[in-house]
Amino acid sequence: MFAYYLDLALRSLKRSPGLTALMVLAIGFGVAASMTSWSVFRAVSGDPIPWKSAQLFVPQIDNWGPNGRSADGDPPNAMDYTDATALMRDHRARLQSAMYQISPSVVPAEASKHPINVSGHAVFGEFFPMLDVPFLYGSGWSASDDANRAQVVVISSKLNEKLFGGTNSVGKSVNIERADYRVVGVLDNWNPQPRFYDVVNSGGFDSGTEDVFLPFQTAIQANIPNDGNTNCNAVPKEPGFAGLQHSECVWIAFMAELDDAAAVTTYRDYLQGYAREQQQAGRFAWAPNNRLRSLPEWLDNQHVVPSDTKVSLLVALGLLLVCLVNTIGLLLAKFLRRSSEIGVRRALGAPRSAIYAQFLTEAGIVGVAGGVLGLLLTCAGVASVGWVMPKDIASLARLDVSLLLLTLLVAVVATMLAGLYPTYRASRVQPAWQLKSN
Amino acid sequence: MSLHVKPILVALRRHKAGTLLIALQIALTLAIVCNALFIIHQRLSSMAEVSGVDEANVFVIRNQWAVIDRTTQQVDAQVRADLLALRQLPGVQDASAATGYPLQGGGWDNYVMMTPDQVEPTTDSAVYVGDEHFIGTLGLRLVAGRNFRPDEVGVMGTQEAVAPPVTVVSKALADRLFPGGDALGKNIYAMSAKPSTIIGIVDPLHRQGTSSWNKAYAGQSLIWPARPDDARGVFYIVRAKPGQLADAMREAPKALYAQSRMRIIDAKDGIQDYAEVRRRAYDSDRGTAILMGIICTALLAITAAGIVGLTSFWVGQRRRQIGIRRALGATRHDILGYFLTENFLIGVAGALVGVVLAVAMNLWMITHAEMERMPTVYVLAGVIVLLLLGQGATFAPALRASRVPPVEATRPV
Repeated sequence: MFAYYLDLALRSLKRSPGLTALMVLAIGFGVAASMTSWSVFRAVSGDPIPWKSAQLFVPQIDNWGPNGRSADGDPPNAMDYTDATALMRDHRARLQSAMYQISPSVVPAEASKHPINVSGHAVFGEFFPMLDVPFLYGSGWSASDDANRAQVVVISSKLNEKLFGGTNSVGKSVNIERADYRVVGVLDNWNPQPRFYDVVNSGGFDSGTEDVFLPFQTAIQANIPNDGNTNCNAVPKEPGFAGLQHSECVWIAFMAELDDAAAVTTYRDYLQGYAREQQQAGRFAWAPNNRLRSLPEWLDNQHVVPSDTKVSLLVALGLLLVCLVNTIGLLLAKFLRRSSEIGVRRALGAPRSAIYAQFLTEAGIVGVAGGVLGLLLTCAGVASVGWVMPKDIASLARLDVSLLLLTLLVAVVATMLAGLYPTYRASRVQPAWQLKSN
Repeated sequence: MSLHVKPILVALRRHKAGTLLIALQIALTLAIVCNALFIIHQRLSSMAEVSGVDEANVFVIRNQWAVIDRTTQQVDAQVRADLLALRQLPGVQDASAATGYPLQGGGWDNYVMMTPDQVEPTTDSAVYVGDEHFIGTLGLRLVAGRNFRPDEVGVMGTQEAVAPPVTVVSKALADRLFPGGDALGKNIYAMSAKPSTIIGIVDPLHRQGTSSWNKAYAGQSLIWPARPDDARGVFYIVRAKPGQLADAMREAPKALYAQSRMRIIDAKDGIQDYAEVRRRAYDSDRGTAILMGIICTALLAITAAGIVGLTSFWVGQRRRQIGIRRALGATRHDILGYFLTENFLIGVAGALVGVVLAVAMNLWMITHAEMERMPTVYVLAGVIVLLLLGQGATFAPALRASRVPPVEATRPV
């Protein structure tokens, strides 16, 4: 029976090639626009560390007071040196790390080669286990390395490729800012997007890689200044990087792992107590106004998903909706034009269900054709998204099997849904009326 | 067009589904198109912002130092030597070291106060740090006062931001702080207890960024007279002699490396002329405008095609009635008018719903996507565009309807 409906549908579609082409084009274009925008949106709005994001928290301390708060009363979105080191010293979370962005130069061993500039972060050793950072060789460093300001470094696999030809470089030495650092670990292709551990400095997305991780206090001692944002409510009293460390300027990101609700409450109380201590000591002239957000809440609060991707998704979905309304109208016209044919089939004994099957098959074919066109256009769309979006974001859009299946599924399901009402109307055609009027 | 509205409305009641579908399609298209037009216009107008720079002849070198741990004095000696070398190049008119450059370079912002003890800042300004060559190198237009004297130029090391005693401000900032137009010679306090006296006014001078949050302050900038001797790196801004941009861009890095190899100038992004700076600064604006343009065009095409399709169907369905009307004396003009009026009525109904949807969509984008309120003119433009589109799309099928001969009345369908 299905083969018969298929044949009928194909005949019918062939009879009005213009209308058929229009419907297929509309579905194909609408689906492709939505799926292309979706591929970008899902890339930027995804959870960068889904298995653990609920246990990762970002604390904020109000060291600026009422005049430095945002419109909704939030304290600064980064920490100053005093607070960051105090929180590290107190060590109240299971794992935690203060961190700041660095951009030191690496001087190759051969004198003939130019120094290269690399970016990375100065972090504490707990950074690596806290974020489940994968290692190709070696591992992170220990708490005693942090305390002793050891000259150790974790490098990316990319830098390892460049400096050591991809071999196991653990134990070898890298010259960073004219000092030798011993490689303790080589990362295994780790470049999470959004760069969730420091969204303030990366803006969320960065197509570059992080090539070096140094111990926080080692970098401070080596006078490697921060390369990220610095926000000040007053100009530092002393110049230079040392002056920055003694100021209330905020430039340090912080992340803590808190495994359950009790740990979160305890940590919240701790932050409250810390801010109250600072108030009593006279450093803060205001009541505690801390924040402690889980990673998903933090990413949302910092507007990591670029508003342009939201707008383009909304507009593309609107386009798909218009395409569907359009298809309903055209299918209605197409089906009802064949009222007399329906009348004959019904008079010859075809039940309503047969009419349903026949016309939904026809809608389905339009959907499949639209879906195939949509697939091609989605491939083209994802490939050319770099034309209309910044490269940090465009490079994240991926074409994968799930996207392709979704494209086809959306096209077919949407077209079948669009075909429901016209089919219903077709099934209501009164055979007697049609036969009489003929 | 003779407006026999009542019979049209009666006839439409027999085509509820089709009427609703066309109206709905017009409403949705209107909502999206006017929001998209608004976005396109916003992006194009920000792309048209003037930087104040002699963009045809200026290029920028992003120079990072290979050794961070140096004193400000050591860096300053290097910067002076570098600048001397750059200025001596045959193709170079002038060069300056800076912390940032208009449209894209880094740098920072300061709050600006009118008195030293003011708590709430008066406004916000982009801060440029450059020497006495800065204004001439960028090619800024000095509209009042004077440039810095060499003796006023200090040094500013890493993470230093000490307001100097004199400053040159952009006209936009001057007007914002002193609406009376008497800014020259006045004191301002840029996050400092010590005053900075305005000695000159340039117009225009765009800030270093183009992101939307600082749109309200886009032209507000001030220049501090100092050589930026940041141990991390410095921007060298170079103005080539007319017609010698390419030569100067090729020779400049060679001259710098001849001074010292301990620097990093990225092979890909390290040297950019202003066309490139502008292109990158407005990358996402241009992309969004193109995207919205494509979607608008597709939407309008699909909606027009849909109207053609449904109207053609109606014409086909009503050939007999049209024939009867013609036989009873209706002119071809009347038939044409009938279909055009019919579409106009549906269009108006759709547009009314569309206006509501358009405003709702705009409100959603204000809360979720940092959008501004859409002026009414875009909604009006959208309404006009869609009504015209409807009329245009109806015209061909309506013309076909008007050619139905009266004899159709007597023929069986």
